[in-house]
Amino acid sequence: MIDISKLTIQSLNKHLKDGDFSVRELAEVYLENIKNKNPDVNAYLEIYSDVLEQADVIDKKIKAGDIKPLSGLPIAIKDNILIDGRVATSASKILKGYVAPYDATVIKKLKEQDVLFLGRANMDEFAMGGSTENSVFGVTKNPIDLSRVAGGSSGGSVAAVSMDGALASLGSDTGGSVRQPSSFCGVVGLKPTYGGVSRYGLMAMGSSLDVIGPITKTVTDSEILFNAIKGQDPMDSTTYGEGIYSQREVKSKMVVGVPYHVLENGGLSDKVRKNFDESIEKLRSLGYEIKEIKLPNIEYSLAVYYILMPAEVSSNLARFDGVRFGLHVDGDNLLQDYLKTKGQGFGQEVRRRILIGTYVLSAGYADAYYNKALVLRQKISEDFEKAFSEVDIIVTPTTPGPAFKIGEKINDPLSLYLEDVFTVPANIVGIPAISVPSGSVEEEGVSLPLGLQIMAPHNSEKILFEVGKKLLNE
Amino acid sequence: MITKEDIKNLADLARIEISEAEAEGLTSQIDSILGYVGQIKDSTGDVERAVPKLRNVMRDDVVTHTEEEYTEKLLNNAPSREGKYLKVKKIL
Repeated sequence: MIDISKLTIQSLNKHLKDGDFSVRELAEVYLENIKNKNPDVNAYLEIYSDVLEQADVIDKKIKAGDIKPLSGLPIAIKDNILIDGRVATSASKILKGYVAPYDATVIKKLKEQDVLFLGRANMDEFAMGGSTENSVFGVTKNPIDLSRVAGGSSGGSVAAVSMDGALASLGSDTGGSVRQPSSFCGVVGLKPTYGGVSRYGLMAMGSSLDVIGPITKTVTDSEILFNAIKGQDPMDSTTYGEGIYSQREVKSKMVVGVPYHVLENGGLSDKVRKNFDESIEKLRSLGYEIKEIKLPNIEYSLAVYYILMPAEVSSNLARFDGVRFGLHVDGDNLLQDYLKTKGQGFGQEVRRRILIGTYVLSAGYADAYYNKALVLRQKISEDFEKAFSEVDIIVTPTTPGPAFKIGEKINDPLSLYLEDVFTVPANIVGIPAISVPSGSVEEEGVSLPLGLQIMAPHNSEKILFEVGKKLLNE
Repeated sequence: MITKEDIKNLADLARIEISEAEAEGLTSQIDSILGYVGQIKDSTGDVERAVPKLRNVMRDDVVTHTEEEYTEKLLNNAPSREGKYLKVKKIL
């Protein structure tokens, strides 16, 4: 019997090389586990019907001596990333039945590595939300406590890994959508540098913020999967090549910056603060120097994010017009077709964000909101640049608290937005950030995981992996 | 203070049909969100716009796939088609 709870990408490769089991046998174990757990958790929207056929093809290659670092990796893919010939809906009614006409660049790279695609993972509609409660296919529950959310928007991708329904997964992160659910479910989630991973074939939400990131059980696996999907791509002009950002080197004695003033505004409970202080002590005991830093404009980051993101959303989602793909609701004329299709096809949160975006971009308000937010975005970036001249990494909690109850924040969109307070700055600035498990807090007799967020300068994921591995004793 | 009429106007601009009841609910929600993000108006000082790290990223404008390679895949996703055309209502 294969013990998938202990399996990592690294150990899987060795098992397959040693012939301990076949990819088909491994696939059968995962499919059985998904069959048992998915009805409760709702991590997957679809389990592909050809998983065993895929496995046989990979097994044949391995038998012929063709084994790659990711061969046979059982992976879940967020429902907003295109796989040629397979359905992709962004968990929205408006894309019901949409079949992807090509492979996203990340998928192309994974196919070249012979990974095993298990299925597509649930998410908040068009990646808008932090709880997966905005999926039209129902909420994804937290595998650790089914009364709580898995987080979002990549809730399905994260829950799939957390429940051992996949060994790794891909999500997308616009304001924390990989890191926040990873923190809620006790796994490792990486938001790479903006432009580090191609967005070609990722359904756009906030194009200046979006990035695809890996979700894994260990930091070592995160590094392996990141290295497999990263790189410049002619199909995404915002990806960067060599020489654009100088890479910070891993040093033996690194300085950890802690913006304590940010924690004061984060609404941390005493228990969460204690957990964070313990992480800082652990970093100190590992030989890092701890230094308090100030990020003067960071208090504006949430407001900046909730202006820029909806503005980009309102523009990106204009393409869903009922003419070229997905849902079409018929009206008396073309204008009525648009109104009805968008009105009925988009869920409530998506409609809300499109309207906010329309407002902040409209004549008379664009200067006060959108243009001002752009100025502040640059100021926040300068704050980080200055901080990184004194420190190597910056740490904060990933979230203000552990996973919340399903339904707890559904009627108060603003309170849900405030959940993103620690994760949003990395997207605004474009720097890489990783969430690693940092222990847990007890709530109602259940031990709920928390995450520590580590941020590094552009293109310096290497430092995140180094510190993350040390923290998790890898 | 945003009004229900403003919300209905925004929905029209965005080509989204919303009901009276929804316009009512959205008014208070969007008002509180705009109140929150409006805090940026208090910030002072300007910046000199930095030049982005990446600019003028170009690639050759050449055909990268065979003719009709994607035609059927794309048209099959359309709600309504006629031959090789997307079908829409008469505009004029």
